[in-house]
Amino acid sequence: MNQNGDRYFSVRQASLNGKVPVPFSFRSGGHHGVGGSPWAWAAAAALPIAFLAVFFVWPVTALVARGFVVDGRWSLAGVQEVLAAPRTWRILTQTFAQAVLGTLGSVLLGVPGAYVLYRCTFPGRRLARAVASVPFVLPTVVVGVAFSALFAPSGALGGLGLQESLAGIVIALVFFNYSVVVRTVGALWSRLDPRAEDAARTLGAGRIRVLATVTLPALAPAIASAAALVFLFCASAFGVVLVLGGQSYGTIETEIWYQTTQLLDLPAAAALSMLQLLVVSVSLILAGAARTRQERALRLSGNPVERPLRGSDLPAVLLTGTVVLGLLVAPMVSLVWRSFATADGLGLANYVALSGDAGQFTVSVWQALANSLATGLAATGIAVGLGLGVSYVLSRRPASVPGRRVMRTVDAVFMLPLGVSAVTVGFGFLITLNRPPLDLRSSWLLIPIAQAMVALPLVVRTLLPTLRAIDPRLHEAAATLGAGPGRVVATIDAPFALRGLGLAVGFAFATSLGEFGATSFLARPDRPTLPVVIFQLIGRPGAENFGMAMAASVLLAVLTALVMGLAEWIGPRQVNPW
Amino acid sequence: MVSEPGDGGLAVRDAVVRYGPGSGAERAARGSRTVVAVDGVSIDVAPGEVVAVLGASGSGKSSLLRAVAGLEPLAGGSVSWAGTDLAGVPVHKRGFVVMFQDGQLFPHLSVAGNVGYALAGRPRRERERRVVELLDLVGLSGYGSRPVTALSGGQAQRVALARSLAADPRLLLLDEPLSALDRGLREHLVGVLEETLRAAGVPALYVTHDQDEAFAIADRVAVLAEGRLLQVDPPSTLWRHPANRDVAAFLGYGPFLDAAAAAALGWDGARGLVGVGPDGLVVDPEGTDVPVLAGQARRGGSEFTVRLPDGSDAKLRTTDTTAHRGLPTTLPVRLDPAGCVLLTSAGHLDS
Repeated sequence: MNQNGDRYFSVRQASLNGKVPVPFSFRSGGHHGVGGSPWAWAAAAALPIAFLAVFFVWPVTALVARGFVVDGRWSLAGVQEVLAAPRTWRILTQTFAQAVLGTLGSVLLGVPGAYVLYRCTFPGRRLARAVASVPFVLPTVVVGVAFSALFAPSGALGGLGLQESLAGIVIALVFFNYSVVVRTVGALWSRLDPRAEDAARTLGAGRIRVLATVTLPALAPAIASAAALVFLFCASAFGVVLVLGGQSYGTIETEIWYQTTQLLDLPAAAALSMLQLLVVSVSLILAGAARTRQERALRLSGNPVERPLRGSDLPAVLLTGTVVLGLLVAPMVSLVWRSFATADGLGLANYVALSGDAGQFTVSVWQALANSLATGLAATGIAVGLGLGVSYVLSRRPASVPGRRVMRTVDAVFMLPLGVSAVTVGFGFLITLNRPPLDLRSSWLLIPIAQAMVALPLVVRTLLPTLRAIDPRLHEAAATLGAGPGRVVATIDAPFALRGLGLAVGFAFATSLGEFGATSFLARPDRPTLPVVIFQLIGRPGAENFGMAMAASVLLAVLTALVMGLAEWIGPRQVNPW
Repeated sequence: MVSEPGDGGLAVRDAVVRYGPGSGAERAARGSRTVVAVDGVSIDVAPGEVVAVLGASGSGKSSLLRAVAGLEPLAGGSVSWAGTDLAGVPVHKRGFVVMFQDGQLFPHLSVAGNVGYALAGRPRRERERRVVELLDLVGLSGYGSRPVTALSGGQAQRVALARSLAADPRLLLLDEPLSALDRGLREHLVGVLEETLRAAGVPALYVTHDQDEAFAIADRVAVLAEGRLLQVDPPSTLWRHPANRDVAAFLGYGPFLDAAAAAALGWDGARGLVGVGPDGLVVDPEGTDVPVLAGQARRGGSEFTVRLPDGSDAKLRTTDTTAHRGLPTTLPVRLDPAGCVLLTSAGHLDS
């Protein structure tokens, strides 16, 4: 849904795909007699489902319905008008072009990167991996600002004419999504049983042939899965395109924002939301299909299979080094450098200026930061609380066919927010939660709730793998040793869940800090969050505002990186069922 | 030792376990249809008795064990303990502890944490004492504080055994506990298991596909094939009197010769089918010359494959360690009734 959200989601996806020791083992019957009654599960799922219904399904449905109402009557006229407009088709074409090019670039660069960073060992690999995953955790607005600093006429790449260009946007999208491919494919590659390759070699195949006939086919599902996710992220990119695209380039997502906030054309925005839903659903279905195939097809080794770099790895190493330094490090360095650049040379002036009123707001950047932190804490509490309940329920494997069907449905329902644009959610909140029975217009909780909806899918996707990785026979062993359902949860599930909890909290918090799509609709002028302030700053003329935007972006990036670093540090060590 | 239902111990009556279409891995493995894994099995375990359930993979033996534990629902029949039907009694209230093939130690707990798992609620000192005792019993004194992830396969299974015994089970259910280990360790641990079970006096149902393991550990051995129970008998009876050709073949008898073929090998008047055991064919200068097809070295001797007069192939063991090298074209052989089993279509007569 928002860039950050999706990104974190896919990190966990990667580890889900790579680390699963269990799904490959034989599992019988499920949890007969071990996991408590279906009613207990239903109760655990009820609150999250109600929350989802009120704060997601209702607003989004109301918004989509609005697209079919013209002058108080049901009509397709509004939708037809939007579909007939040349502007719509230009935006659709741009969305598609950006997504396809961004996906191609990410995959072509990411697969060699996955090999170098996850299959090979070399000094400094930890650092290289860390650098490669930083874009994951950067708020979209920050990335947009970093690249616009690079592409601006005064920037390091100012001469290349990348400002407000398709190429510039695609580069920024690849910056974001490179690590999606590296981590998804790398997690799998590092655990691919090397003996199939060895067998092919002994049968007389050269390196290239082994790569083409054994390795890549084995990785194909992971590559397909990563590509589908990257396509989804690119097609629904908002913050980064809004900042970099200017007047000339956009996505459906930015167009929804434009129609709503600039033209106040709600039927057009609603129609576009439906289009967006369609695009995103198709990518999600493709991603899901690829993932399923992957989980079925592969034989993985329990431990990473790694080896030192060899001479023949040189092309991959050169490419990956160039990408990491040129594509990933350069914009970040440029951002930091520009944040210190002032009219009088390098200095702290931009940071000092953060204490003053920011842009059109009557608050300082520091106050916006405080708002962001408070909002983030509340959003994290909501998302993690709900996520724990949902994950626990989804980690059960009912033995009956209808039970499994219900489970799959619940699973899909809670991934829905991933498939609906954050802009749509924010917009939907705006038009539904502003009157009785639920009037939250004046409540500061509105933003945390919206952000929690954005973060929920990835909280679930973080907690679920650790819970699902618990061999069901551990539950059975505990039960036969006399532990009742409550004690099984307390002594087996809880310790495992705790390992994922730190990471889930980190993801939720970082997502909330960087969330821009929904928040841009909901933030009140007197209580903006940091990304909203940064966006306002960069949109205003003047070197001073630009400098403040740089400094505030560095602040937000550092904060987000700190949160994620802490979460990764607390986060799950690998769970090794013996 | 054969118990009647109701006189204490476990009584399984006409148990049926079915897997419906499409439960995860099963669906992939078997297609979307119902599979009857256990098909009307009745079996008892008397107090203090160890019963082995012996069967090839896919015979339904693990399903039977899971049904007894309450981990798998019964589609028919009953499981009762001391005359009380256990239908509706949840897994954790049955007092039946399962020891899994791969131990299923809790990876987040230490060795002592695992062993003491079932002792929660006891006073701490008593708990610690019991853990130490049990670790001594399985030969892992001083291992209490180690993480279970650092254990070897054999050590892990010992911890699993100690953990199971700590629960003071009414019945121990062992699901191929040694199958994942290599041969030498397996043979050693069978001894450890056997002694420990005897010392603890715990009745046990021991599921395995390994004939030697079953014979070494069990008071009675039940042979299971395709979900049905073929025979339950003490090991010696089972060996000497297999109920039918299938049981005999599973135990290692073969080929099976009719009376004429047996007579050609010096056993006149056999009234039924002669199952040739591993030592059922011996070299005898007075015997019938048969062609030798192949020879192989074995530990402590050689093994020949010979073509018997009725056209079937049989193995022949000798203690001559070099005989297989200069492969003889023929060998004089005869049947040794002591190493064979006589089957009639109705069942077994005697040897």
